[in-house]
Amino acid sequence: MTKGSLSFSTERCKACELCICFCPQGILALDTDIINVHGFHPVSVSEPEKCTGCGICALMCPDLVITVKRE
Amino acid sequence: MKIVAQKPESLTDAQFHYCPGCTHGIIHRLIAECLDEMNLRESAIGICPVGCAVLAYNYFNCDMLEAAHGRAPAVATGVKRMLPDRCVFTYQGDGDLASIGMGEIVHASARGEKITVIFVNNTLYGMTGGQMAPTTLLGQVTTTSPYGRTAEQAGYPIKIAELLAQNEGSAYISRMAVNSPANIRKTKKSIKKAFQTQIDRKGFSLVEILSTCPTNWGLSPIDALKWLEENMIPYYPLGEFKVKEDMQYG
Amino acid sequence: MDKVLMKGNEALAEGAVRAGCRAYFGYPITPSSEIAEYMARKYPKIGGTFLQAESELAAINMVYGAAAAGARVMTASSGPGISLKQEGISFLAEAELPCVIVNISRGGPGLGGIQPAQSDYFQATRGGGHGDYHIMVLAPAGVQEMMDLAIEAFELADKYRIPVMIMAEGTLGQMMEPVVLREQVAEFYNKPWATTGCKNRKPNIINTLHLSPDVLEQRNVHLQNKYINIKLREKRAETYMTEDADIVVVAFGIMARVARKSIMEVRKQGVKVGLIRPITLWPFPDDVVEKVSDTAKIFLSLEISMGQMVEDIKLAVNGRRPVDFYGRIGITPNPEEVSKRLLMLAAEEGLR
Repeated sequence: MTKGSLSFSTERCKACELCICFCPQGILALDTDIINVHGFHPVSVSEPEKCTGCGICALMCPDLVITVKRE
Repeated sequence: MKIVAQKPESLTDAQFHYCPGCTHGIIHRLIAECLDEMNLRESAIGICPVGCAVLAYNYFNCDMLEAAHGRAPAVATGVKRMLPDRCVFTYQGDGDLASIGMGEIVHASARGEKITVIFVNNTLYGMTGGQMAPTTLLGQVTTTSPYGRTAEQAGYPIKIAELLAQNEGSAYISRMAVNSPANIRKTKKSIKKAFQTQIDRKGFSLVEILSTCPTNWGLSPIDALKWLEENMIPYYPLGEFKVKEDMQYG
Repeated sequence: MDKVLMKGNEALAEGAVRAGCRAYFGYPITPSSEIAEYMARKYPKIGGTFLQAESELAAINMVYGAAAAGARVMTASSGPGISLKQEGISFLAEAELPCVIVNISRGGPGLGGIQPAQSDYFQATRGGGHGDYHIMVLAPAGVQEMMDLAIEAFELADKYRIPVMIMAEGTLGQMMEPVVLREQVAEFYNKPWATTGCKNRKPNIINTLHLSPDVLEQRNVHLQNKYINIKLREKRAETYMTEDADIVVVAFGIMARVARKSIMEVRKQGVKVGLIRPITLWPFPDDVVEKVSDTAKIFLSLEISMGQMVEDIKLAVNGRRPVDFYGRIGITPNPEEVSKRLLMLAAEEGLR
């Protein structure tokens, strides 16, 4: 399985959850331990080792939060 | 590792002002990716509407103009006629384009104006607080159709893509949606085709994009995507309505 | 120098061409249509852009786009059409886009008539659309000036980055006079602000939205400073026999020519009358009016409108002299009735 890597511009996240909903691996979640500058719990990846780098999260993100890399 | 997805060069670093889950941001990104991939950023001149996308000039990393409400196609005409080798596009919402700017858009299309119009249809006026638009669906509740739009009182929602496809000057007309990964990919392809239509000087090009307004629809971003699929797509079918392959204008 | 017999509207259009204007966007309306027709004939031959827009709104917004692209661009219309253009003119003024807007004026309000009038004076000189702005307004008084001021209008527009209006009565648009054709303008202004594509530079943005109150105020202060600068440098008027005049007529455009004829007549009867002809309606040549008010006893505003210019004369005179008015609408006052009015005024004021 190809291996992906995600990085987040956490301050841009508005917690709309579109990436979470569409992630085929179901490995994204809002990080309730963090509140960003706009007052949202931003998205983070809970099980990074499962990411395939498919890019669907970035495709669905309206706010350019996610950069996706793939092996 | 190779980068699969990142901010395109044709967008600035400015953070979008759009509400959480609003798909304007997705559409901005798709346009910018097309400009990048087609190497158009330095020759692009964009025209913003009045409405939610009024501040789009802060987001696109190319020359930008702000037009009066509905007049973007006329402004784009002025720019394009002076600079025929540039890539001129307008970004307009449904109040801007389908209501107050109906005259400008119909005639830009009829003239075969070699511009590309990105028409964002979210069935209401978002910026002013969710009033009824010409695209509001029958039965849909908005702040100015509080009991649901009725045909008797407010007539029927206008189908812009079908309407403009009638015009001989229209060379590429499509309706897309950004409610799913597959549809987003199709939308991007369609935007590319529209830009290519302009580059090939075939005539007028427009991509209508069904978009969500979670805030004014009163739905979560996810539910808004479902609402779009279940309510908008049946009335506003997706597809290409005009693809003029052969005819060369001017 | 060779003279050519030309219609006013055509002389104006040819002046624009000689000023390097290669773009015209307009909508037909009497009595301005010959300008569009001239451009429609001319531009295909010389590589210009003529486009008949679907509406006045579209036309002025095409002007906005072409001006933003750095071109010298013009549109022409008349009263009802100029009203429709006001939205765009407000945007042009705030975006500081140079362009020339021609009003071959007719009588209103409403659809009014197609006879010459000056009743768009307020609309032209007070801004006309929404917001705190002015455009420059030039008032030719003959067919030669239709050409000369057209060229001048483009220079002023580019110099100050401001929309410039030429306001000429339908009479001037329609009448024919011999004209000396002017030289083609050869030097043009650089427009580094134009939206032409951002190759080798940062993107340019042309915008009129300023949501921050501070920025909005700064923009307005900037515009006001520009207007102050224009007022200092660009007021223009012609005077005729004002040195010894007791009665000074203030009249622009075709009315100034009527006034001259009357002044010659009335002077024969011993009444000392002079004329101030504003060439710039905005900025109004209040300096000239003020200077003449040192010696004049009374002013008469002579208009094809119901006394709109009276306000500007009164502001210039600032209470030092009375300001009377004579005008009609739909009907251009003829020299005989103006002479009669001047003689009556002289009698009332004991100036005979």
